[in-house]
Amino acid sequence: MSVLTLPAQPGSDTGAAPPPLPWRRMVWVTWRQHRALLISLPAVLGAVAVFLLIAGLRVHHDYAAIAACPPSGPSGANAAGATCARLLTDFNNTDWTLGNTAQIFMQLVPVLIGVFAGAPVLARELETGTFRYAWTQGLGRERWTIAKLTLLGATVTVLAGAFGELFAWFFQPFLPVEGLTVLNATVFASRGIAFAAWTLVAFALAAFFGMLLRRIVPAMAVTMGAYLALALAAWRLREFYPVALVTNNANLGTLQTSDTNPWLLGTWYTGPGGKPASQSVLNQIFNLFPMHGAPRTKLSFAQLLAQHHFTEWTRYIPVSRFWPMQFIEGGWLLVLSVVLIAATVWLVRRRAA
Amino acid sequence: MNVIETSGVGKRYGDSWALRDCTLALPAGHLAALVGPNGAGKSTLMSMTAGLTLPTEGTATVLGGRSPGSPAALDGIAFVAQESPVYRNLSAADLLHLTRNLNRRFDGGYARARLAELGIPLKKKSGKLSGGQRAQLALTLALARRPRLLILDEPLASLDPLAKQDFLAAVMTAMTDDGVSVLLSSHVVAELERLADYLIVLSGSRLQLAGEVDDLLACHRVLTAPAAEADRYAKELPVVQVRRAAAYAHLLVRVAGPAGRVPPGWESHPVTMEELVMAYLRAPGDGWPERQAPAALSPVQAAQSAEPTEAKR
Repeated sequence: MSVLTLPAQPGSDTGAAPPPLPWRRMVWVTWRQHRALLISLPAVLGAVAVFLLIAGLRVHHDYAAIAACPPSGPSGANAAGATCARLLTDFNNTDWTLGNTAQIFMQLVPVLIGVFAGAPVLARELETGTFRYAWTQGLGRERWTIAKLTLLGATVTVLAGAFGELFAWFFQPFLPVEGLTVLNATVFASRGIAFAAWTLVAFALAAFFGMLLRRIVPAMAVTMGAYLALALAAWRLREFYPVALVTNNANLGTLQTSDTNPWLLGTWYTGPGGKPASQSVLNQIFNLFPMHGAPRTKLSFAQLLAQHHFTEWTRYIPVSRFWPMQFIEGGWLLVLSVVLIAATVWLVRRRAA
Repeated sequence: MNVIETSGVGKRYGDSWALRDCTLALPAGHLAALVGPNGAGKSTLMSMTAGLTLPTEGTATVLGGRSPGSPAALDGIAFVAQESPVYRNLSAADLLHLTRNLNRRFDGGYARARLAELGIPLKKKSGKLSGGQRAQLALTLALARRPRLLILDEPLASLDPLAKQDFLAAVMTAMTDDGVSVLLSSHVVAELERLADYLIVLSGSRLQLAGEVDDLLACHRVLTAPAAEADRYAKELPVVQVRRAAAYAHLLVRVAGPAGRVPPGWESHPVTMEELVMAYLRAPGDGWPERQAPAALSPVQAAQSAEPTEAKR
């Protein structure tokens, strides 16, 4: 055999592994291979953004007219009141129809961006067999995967973040008129850090399922299901974010409907010694309350409680906690996205055909 | 240096073994033909060498002891998989740029010159090229990386006879100019008869035969004898395969040297590569139970048992 074997090429065979290729090479690769997405996504979002901008200017204009109305509201007889009532009706009919539709659509935007951007990244390579080309080049498949997912993930997150900000501006006038606050589940998720983070997590889910299932369409379907489950879980989870306050101010729940209303999480009562009051004791006090006669307002019920040395406690989240909650939600979604991307890279390492 | 070295390598997909107990050492500087029927494990062995597949059992190294898929191995091995997968929505120019970005070494000038010579347009999307042009494009991308080992999985399957000739000429040129080692799989042996100087036969997920073509041809003979006598001698000789005609039987046997032990009155012929491959492909389960199972012939055994052959290049 020694006769037949070529001598080892000197120099080329010695030494340690070659230095890894610079990451920046992947910028061009990602751009060229995902050019369709990277052009069409900003184009589509931009077109919708222009529409929202034009519609938003009208919404803001209409709202300014309503806001200029006397605070007492329409009183029927005077002409200004009638005009204001008409303005309000028009706003509810025309502007809110658009606003409400846009709000529902906004709930779907992250998962739509996520599946279209994320599912094909690996699944298309596996479907067409091109992974056999891509993963045998000098760069190595781990770096290839990490670079692509990071670049595309960051791009969709930034685009979604900008789009979410524009939508927040568009939607702002509806909050006071329609009695919504920024803590309402659908409003909360369609703006700020949360909206961008939900887009990122949808992208990471789609990329992960694309690698796991090796087919684009099933990966899209499974991602939508997983995203829905996650969104529902987050909806239940938000009240447990450590931002809630507790007060014995009974006025809290009786504020007029407005965009500064806190999110009320629960009410309970304590007796004279500060001990929690049992339901039977509360029922006894409640029975003392005159059913007929004086109007049954919460304030007077609170006075009644006070007479018996009982206190009403309320757990609530004020609107001012919006940003801390956004950071909490953005934080755990970011961690989840990083975990999903790491799991995808692990699958790429392990599950090569 | 061995460009590929495997030791008891096997790969299982679910319940079935795609490759089993494969021990092989392919020295550098050869054009090695990997032949076998479809499903014999050729693609699995190639995929493992290229670092795409991890073996279920055994170990494999490439380029003199490197782990397949390691940076150094990826750097030195270019793999063109079956049906030459390239991004069909990208043009040849884009694919050149892409491959340049993904590799440490890339000879863009060579690639452009070669594509121009082949008349492959740079601007056209690769999905719109003919199968032969796409195969040439994939080969160009692989060669421009200046690899030390080129792995080509069924590269000739989609090519017409003329394109096949061009393709193989390009491979041969790269071997002589650059000293690239080549592993090329095919299920058509005749195509490689005059080109390959190393032969690896896989069948039924197992390695049947491996060695330098000259050695293998030298240590196999076809003996022709009357049918009745053939049965008697078959038990004593290392018979690989028996083919029966009306009155005569042809025995493909392994012989110790050029003279061999030929019973009186028998005719002895040298064997062709195609005969040899066919014999080893048919070997498993061909109803000759007494025959010794055809052990893979390592180059060492081949060199010892055959007449001395000089190195090819």
